[in-house]
Amino acid sequence: MLDKALCGSKRYWGLIIFLLAIIGVGVLTYGYQLREGLGITGMGRSVSWGFYIAQLTFLVGVAASAVMLVIPYYLHNYKEFGKIAILGEFVAIAAVTMCLLFVLADLGQPQRMFNLILHPTLNSVLFWDMIVLNGYLFLNLIIGWTTLGAEKKGTPPPGWVKPLIYLSIPWAVSIHTVTAFLYSGLPGRGFWLTAVMAPRFLASAFAAGPALLILLALIVRKYTKFDPGAKAIQALAKIVTYAIITFVFLFFCELFTVFYSQIPEHMDHFKYLYMGYDGYGAYVPFMWLSLILAGISIIMLVNPKTRKNEGTLVVACVMVFISTWIDKGMGMISGGFVPDPLHEVHEYIPTLPELTITVGIYAIGALILTVLYKVVVSVREEELA
Amino acid sequence: MSMDRRKFLKVAGVGALGLAGLPASRLLAADDPRFKPPAEGLQGKRWAMVIDLTKEAHDADAISVCHKIHNVPQLTNPRHEIKWLWNTGFKHAFPGLASKHMAVQYKGEHSALVLCNHCENPPCVRVCPTKATFRRADGIVLMDFHRCIGCRFCMAACPFGARSFNWVDPRTASNLDEPGEVMLTFPTRMKGVVEKCNFCAERLARGLIPACVENSSDGRMLFGDLEDPHSDVSRIVKSKYTIRRKQHLGTEPSVFYIV
Amino acid sequence: MNKRGEMLTGLVIAVFLVLVLSPILYNFAVGNARSVPDLKPPPGGEKQCVESKEWMRGNHMQLLFDWRETVVREGNRTYRASDGKEYNMSLTSECLSCHTNKDEFCDQCHDYLKVKPYCWDCHIVPPKENA
Repeated sequence: MLDKALCGSKRYWGLIIFLLAIIGVGVLTYGYQLREGLGITGMGRSVSWGFYIAQLTFLVGVAASAVMLVIPYYLHNYKEFGKIAILGEFVAIAAVTMCLLFVLADLGQPQRMFNLILHPTLNSVLFWDMIVLNGYLFLNLIIGWTTLGAEKKGTPPPGWVKPLIYLSIPWAVSIHTVTAFLYSGLPGRGFWLTAVMAPRFLASAFAAGPALLILLALIVRKYTKFDPGAKAIQALAKIVTYAIITFVFLFFCELFTVFYSQIPEHMDHFKYLYMGYDGYGAYVPFMWLSLILAGISIIMLVNPKTRKNEGTLVVACVMVFISTWIDKGMGMISGGFVPDPLHEVHEYIPTLPELTITVGIYAIGALILTVLYKVVVSVREEELA
Repeated sequence: MSMDRRKFLKVAGVGALGLAGLPASRLLAADDPRFKPPAEGLQGKRWAMVIDLTKEAHDADAISVCHKIHNVPQLTNPRHEIKWLWNTGFKHAFPGLASKHMAVQYKGEHSALVLCNHCENPPCVRVCPTKATFRRADGIVLMDFHRCIGCRFCMAACPFGARSFNWVDPRTASNLDEPGEVMLTFPTRMKGVVEKCNFCAERLARGLIPACVENSSDGRMLFGDLEDPHSDVSRIVKSKYTIRRKQHLGTEPSVFYIV
Repeated sequence: MNKRGEMLTGLVIAVFLVLVLSPILYNFAVGNARSVPDLKPPPGGEKQCVESKEWMRGNHMQLLFDWRETVVREGNRTYRASDGKEYNMSLTSECLSCHTNKDEFCDQCHDYLKVKPYCWDCHIVPPKENA
């Protein structure tokens, strides 16, 4: 089926070359990081994880959200999702691949990566994160490829895929839960030490992922002959609505606990992110932007008029995506490290090489997604012809 | 055909079991008759330290000797700084215990001496995905620099900020970039691994107490086995009121402070 | 498949073979194939390593690995060799105390084989006394 990705329009190849160029710059910059060490990033003794791990956290959520299509389609037999379930699974493949690359980019000694397998350590959450991420990648590869292959031949998917599809549902929840456990089980990091971390992660994931899917489905409809279906898009919009509301609700639960109890170890991180602390506050405008975008998008999504109008729906989805990206891709990691365990404030600002590598990895994800979507679109266009 | 397949599965199964057993066989190397502990080494069940904050702080020697003998790089960029033993303010060493009404000695920026606590229940060991950081039978929490992949999970887990990462090649530091400056008795580190205080494990093996204690001003620092009731450390901890950093987190630090 | 296709396939295979065999061809051309390294014994005249020369040749990397694991992780420092003699398990203060000519011994062979052990990223080569 991959041959379908080898014949495309000029626009398709233009996009591929554009992405390859960005990837090239990213790879070169990574070579520089490999030679010089992680000192070329903005991380340091105090803020020891930064942009890379933050993107991992955000993208795990995007990957997990494929389950929001799988559950209605396979468990509740919601036929409208029949055509786009594959789009969700392929987003998951691209997102998980990016997650693994971000972990790799963050390692100080990537050459020793296989020590993770050579010395398996069951009490380390990172070990389990590796297991669940790789497992989810393979599940989606197998499921997506097999169901699409069967569709191409005009046959129903083979019986053995069904159990894998059912397995992928709890597995999707597990990847984000385990990723939240990376943070929420650490003593002395008050910002992360909360049981609501995993649920909050899942809620923002189920908002960001489906919002991205809506945007992708509309792009596919605009530029190809394959129509994912207006009804499916509306159903997704409702999922985004519930998820973003749940996310904001859980966030306020967190705020109440932290600010009513007034325990400094927990509260000072929120002060740093939303008000500035000890004279530092680079993230304050972003964090407020995130909250405002979440608020406006909720209004637009709850109101049936603006939800059903695809023009305003696009705006709302972009807002949801940016809002959740700021929350996890910027605030979640820096917020946890400032102030540090010695209650000192060292602000983290990512450097240009760090951002270049980040963009490079995103371009790899976009390339994978483009190629996979091209295959889907070609198969669907053949069906129509 | 079916026999062949069964045979294959058997072989594959045994092979897989063998692979799974590999780390276990490594553990058994502990009983390898070829290897023996050093005859002159100090033996302890739980090495611990007492630091007396009521004594005036003259810790410059202790710190400089520690960093000198362990080839700790002196890097100019504060983000890349590597610290094994250092002075910090009381409010930083004991956040939550400081108060603006306290005596002057607790308000200074350099009153408290801090280092790795060699916890009995260390979160860094719990999170390490490769066992590159581990707790020895004598209570010392050590780093295996050969095995560390540089994920820095341990740095996120440590509630005491005791760990440093080699963001750059440490040999580029001003104190290590010339052969004459480097101590030959201890390796440097390479970029991309985490490091921290090792309670002078290499000196204990030669029958010596940690260098900082040896070079501390009178009575400021003590070292000994907490499980030995006659050790200096046990005597103090039994007779005086001591505190430990962030005791409420349950990591059970091995460094006690007299305040 | 037409004739042009066959030719193209043949060409691809030929290019592949040349690329794969290029290291061997290169050595034949330059005449390096027979220049095996000529390792120098310890300058101090020591005749006996911790184990026999033949065993060390094949197993020194595993021995150093075992030493490293047991010294760092189990706190052992003393090695009892198969002849009963005891040694301090230390790369720089035991091995290099006889093999003071690291460049003529370790490096020569490692360079020849293009292996790059990362020992020396951290462990420090004692400077030569009269250098």
